[in-house]
Amino acid sequence: MKKIEAVIKPFKLEEVKDALHDVGIEGMTVSEVKGFGRQKGHTEIYRGSEYTVDFLPKIKIELVVADAKVGDATQAIIKAAKTGKIGDGKIFVSPVEEAIRIRTEEKGDAAV
Amino acid sequence: MKKIFLLLTFVSSLFLATASLRAEDKKPTVDDRLTDIEAYITNGARQTNAPTALATSPGPGHNAWLMTSSALVLFMTLPGLFLFYGGLVRRKNMLSVVAQCFGIAGLVTILWVLFGYSAVFSSGSPYLGSLSKFSFLKDVTSAPNTDYAGWVSQSVYAMYQLMFAIITPALIIGAIAERMKFSAIMLFVGLWMVAVYFPLAHMVWGVDGLMNGVWNGDAKIKAIDFAGGTVVHMSSGWSALILCLILGPRIGFGKQPMQPHSMALCAIGTGMLWVGWYGFNAGSAVAADGIAASAFMTTTIAAAVASFVWPVIEWIRGGKPSILGFCSGAVAGLVVITPAAGFVSAKGAMIIGVLAGVVPYLACAFLKPMLKYDDALDTFGVHAVGGTLGAFITGVLANADVNSNLTAANGYAKSNGLDKLVAGGGLWIEQLKAMGVTILLSVVGTVVIAYIVKAVVGLRATEDVENQGLDVAEHGEEAYHG
Repeated sequence: MKKIEAVIKPFKLEEVKDALHDVGIEGMTVSEVKGFGRQKGHTEIYRGSEYTVDFLPKIKIELVVADAKVGDATQAIIKAAKTGKIGDGKIFVSPVEEAIRIRTEEKGDAAV
Repeated sequence: MKKIFLLLTFVSSLFLATASLRAEDKKPTVDDRLTDIEAYITNGARQTNAPTALATSPGPGHNAWLMTSSALVLFMTLPGLFLFYGGLVRRKNMLSVVAQCFGIAGLVTILWVLFGYSAVFSSGSPYLGSLSKFSFLKDVTSAPNTDYAGWVSQSVYAMYQLMFAIITPALIIGAIAERMKFSAIMLFVGLWMVAVYFPLAHMVWGVDGLMNGVWNGDAKIKAIDFAGGTVVHMSSGWSALILCLILGPRIGFGKQPMQPHSMALCAIGTGMLWVGWYGFNAGSAVAADGIAASAFMTTTIAAAVASFVWPVIEWIRGGKPSILGFCSGAVAGLVVITPAAGFVSAKGAMIIGVLAGVVPYLACAFLKPMLKYDDALDTFGVHAVGGTLGAFITGVLANADVNSNLTAANGYAKSNGLDKLVAGGGLWIEQLKAMGVTILLSVVGTVVIAYIVKAVVGLRATEDVENQGLDVAEHGEEAYHG
């Protein structure tokens, strides 16, 4: 099993979710996060006081999939989330030791 | 109006003295009744010839408008001001602003009932009224107090004026937001009301007040202030500057980001302030008469023009037309028109709107960064600068065609010479004197009171409390969960 963490632009969430659904991914966890990479922040001015806002709002999607599905899933995310402009985000893939479905106590691939 | 009333009282008492011999003459004649009704419609002096309910009953229309206006002015503080200010602080301090506004509303009401109303609105010296005449609002009944308004219940008039007394110290908290202890604010406000607000309000609005050019024939300073440019905005704004200097800047001021936590709340609060301000300015005619109508119009014009000009300046200077620009402009326009509202024409209100969009903007965008004082939410930049500008410009733009109280038709203006000042153009000198008295009293009063409070309970929250946020540390609550 692998865990896929993808940080994407917030307005791309629906498209990414649909694309993952199309390749057979049935569940995911989504959170609103802030961060920055190469994309620069912006400046806010309040009555002449300037503030640089470095941390931009992003969406982080986390999903754990069977090894065989990693390629499909990452391709689906890339296809849906790409705009070609700076700030599209990143995908991280890492190994997962165990997964357990709490209700049935199924383990491993059967649990994800 | 008071003089006419006194004359009428005198004549009527003579009449009554002779009439008392013939009981049937005590009944008001049809003419008496008609005169009273005409006086009601024209907002004139009462027909006191009638020893009946006529002489003591308020006018229903006047009372309706003044009760509405009272509610509108309270609405400016709760919730208008606490949303306007609350939106501008960081989220950890949102509730502290709410608590301070509510706390002030309660505390000032208590002082007002105890002796505040009496100190401001009973006669005494030119500097302060009697502390005891109306203490506990004794004798403040539904009968009008003809010193101020022949057709408004004194109970309503006292509540209307209370709302001004509440919002004035609440304006100060903008400068000292996010760092002053709640207990220190309450103690400061209590002392400030007694030492600064009550005397100043008496001087400007009291029947024998020092600077009441329109209604005191013996006024030493023949200044005019329609709805509180000096009493409300200059006093709070200048005191706010002094208090924030004594208090010192917030931890991390100029280094940490301190953006407003919700421009949406700030904008909602601004809209409420604007709406409430109609009660503040048009209500200050103390009647739903032609002067109120004029004040309603000028208030609208000045607020709308200034709220347009401020963001346009931001835009021209290479920035963007910001929501805070629209909001600040609207409030600045309302502040500057306040002393002028019932005295200037539509054209005068346009000029005031433009100036209100420019001058306070310069104070906030240039003066503050240059001098580096931490007036957190720009109480000085908007209210002191705007109020001072308004008090002065009222002396230049006041127009007797708009308000006949500025002419010899008003016995007081004729007696103290205000009519000639308005017609001849020397009014601005009287305005400067009134501004000088206001600034002097506000600055000296605030310095003394601030050091008293510092010695008794201390001014600032501890560093830990300030870092954690006043909401949890001082009030045990959070504004936003989940």
